[in-house]
Amino acid sequence: MKNSKYKTDLPVMLSPKTATAGRFNLSLKPWHGLLLLGICVLSSTAAYTADDTANAPPFEVLLRWMPLLLKGFVFNLVISVSAMGIGTLVGAALGLGQISLHGSVRKTSWFVTQFFRNSPWLVLLFFAMFLLPFEIKVGGFTIPLPDWLKAIFGLSLPVMANVSEIVRGAIASLPSGQWEAADSLAFSRTQVLWRIILPQCVKRMLPPWMNLYSILTMATVLASIVGVSEVMTLTGQALSAEDGRTDLLMPFYSFILFLFFIYCYPIARWTVYLEQKFAVKT
Amino acid sequence: MAWSEDQPMVSIKNLHKSFGALEVIKGVSLDVMKGEVICIIGPSGSGKSTIIRCVNALNDMQKGSILVEGQEVNDPDLNKLELRKKVGMVFQQYNLFPHKTALENIMMAPLLVLKQDKAEVEELARQLVKKVRLEGKENNYPGELSGGQQQRVAIARSLAMTPDVMLFDEVTAALDPETVNEVLVTIKELAEDGMTCILVTHEMGFAREVADHIYFTDKGVIVEHGRPATFFDDAKDPRTKEFLSQIL
Ligand SMILES: Nc1ncnc2c1ncn2[C@@H]1O[C@H](COP(=O)(O)OP(=O)(O)OP(=O)(O)O)[C@@H](O)[C@H]1O
Ligand SMILES: [Mg+2]
Repeated sequence: MKNSKYKTDLPVMLSPKTATAGRFNLSLKPWHGLLLLGICVLSSTAAYTADDTANAPPFEVLLRWMPLLLKGFVFNLVISVSAMGIGTLVGAALGLGQISLHGSVRKTSWFVTQFFRNSPWLVLLFFAMFLLPFEIKVGGFTIPLPDWLKAIFGLSLPVMANVSEIVRGAIASLPSGQWEAADSLAFSRTQVLWRIILPQCVKRMLPPWMNLYSILTMATVLASIVGVSEVMTLTGQALSAEDGRTDLLMPFYSFILFLFFIYCYPIARWTVYLEQKFAVKT
Repeated sequence: MAWSEDQPMVSIKNLHKSFGALEVIKGVSLDVMKGEVICIIGPSGSGKSTIIRCVNALNDMQKGSILVEGQEVNDPDLNKLELRKKVGMVFQQYNLFPHKTALENIMMAPLLVLKQDKAEVEELARQLVKKVRLEGKENNYPGELSGGQQQRVAIARSLAMTPDVMLFDEVTAALDPETVNEVLVTIKELAEDGMTCILVTHEMGFAREVADHIYFTDKGVIVEHGRPATFFDDAKDPRTKEFLSQIL
């Protein structure tokens, strides 16, 4: 009764078995990664024989740049983990705000959530890039805000909004009988939420949360557009340092795809595993 | 306080309750003395659940008065938590907390709400497990128990708060016919121990056996009430007669 007014529009929440995210993830197979690696290796060797012999072989060039590219990729991961962390903390609070008993808190949280959830990620990134100052003064201290930090804030905004919806949806998806039973045992609202409702929600929230993380990880390349030296930016720089050789495009970009694949694939597999495990249990 | 045991433990007077424009309770009054067992019966949608949910303030009311041990429930300043410490409730769908074992379900409220000592609570919980005949199931999760077993855990969970009144809302309606009896036996023993009970039930034989008083509701009013023998064998109102002829 109490939470019946919160409806979920997250398909993941309704039935883990028919979750579209699950089906999408299932279609990702290990051979997709091998395919990418194959393209990467083949294109770097095959293209070479056809080209003039004055240039170094593409594979050799790729190997030469690899340490830098890997460093850039690690930077992408740092951005993704940080944005996920911030977005999850703020988003969880916002999600709880959405079920607050105070009308103004509830409405504000709802509005903020909807606003950031329905804005293109790139727009939010630009928003953070150009609206945040390059440094902030707190007391006598000056804290610099480098571009990569701003990018983390920018990407944490959509994460925040999505986490807020995941939290609200998970709470709404619990049977109202749980609230009623807890209420009738004289638990306070805070106790009901923290001791009874939220512990049951963790299971339901984990798969969509991990899905969101995968999406965020892939979205970190957006930061290249605003000049953060992550893997895409560095690839662009490497390619122009090699005089824009077109035979290098295939090996370099398929290498990046491969990097993202080997990182996101296990997460996707694990998400599917969790979804199936929880679906059977409940 | 002013309340003493010779006054009704629960006294409902002229209760009115609407959901939006739909008025579902239209002036219900009934009294329950300490140690009494009353049964509310009636067709589906007649407002039985709504009446007992008003008693522990799970539903609010528009008009009328409910006194629980002299405390007014229809009061904007009501301390719901204090009220609910005195009134236990068991639901049709058990509503056990699935992430806690049977014993943890029973211990949770005394520990967190009443802040009682853990060792004492555990001792009480084990006594209750014995009382509802679930020895050996203490560490099972609700998902590992049958419906009847879950419902008995739910009864024990409610009893662990040592309530003065127990509300039962069709607690056997979701059970297999074979397991209905084990739950009814538990409630009967409770009634024999002197627990004040308000039961909504479709089990007429059971109602006749345990109830001190039967109330028949239809369309939000109490049509007829009386002692079980009089009520079942000598119903006056045509609506009661029709209902009984269909169900018996
Ligand atoms: N939360 C609610 N919102 C709107 N209407 C409700 C709500 N709860 C109950 N009602 C309506 O109130 C009326 C009485 O419902 P109630 O659940 O008290 O009936 P009942 O006698 O317990 O029936 P049953 O035997 O089917 O449990 C019904 O018409 C029902 O549709
Ligand atoms: Mg009912």
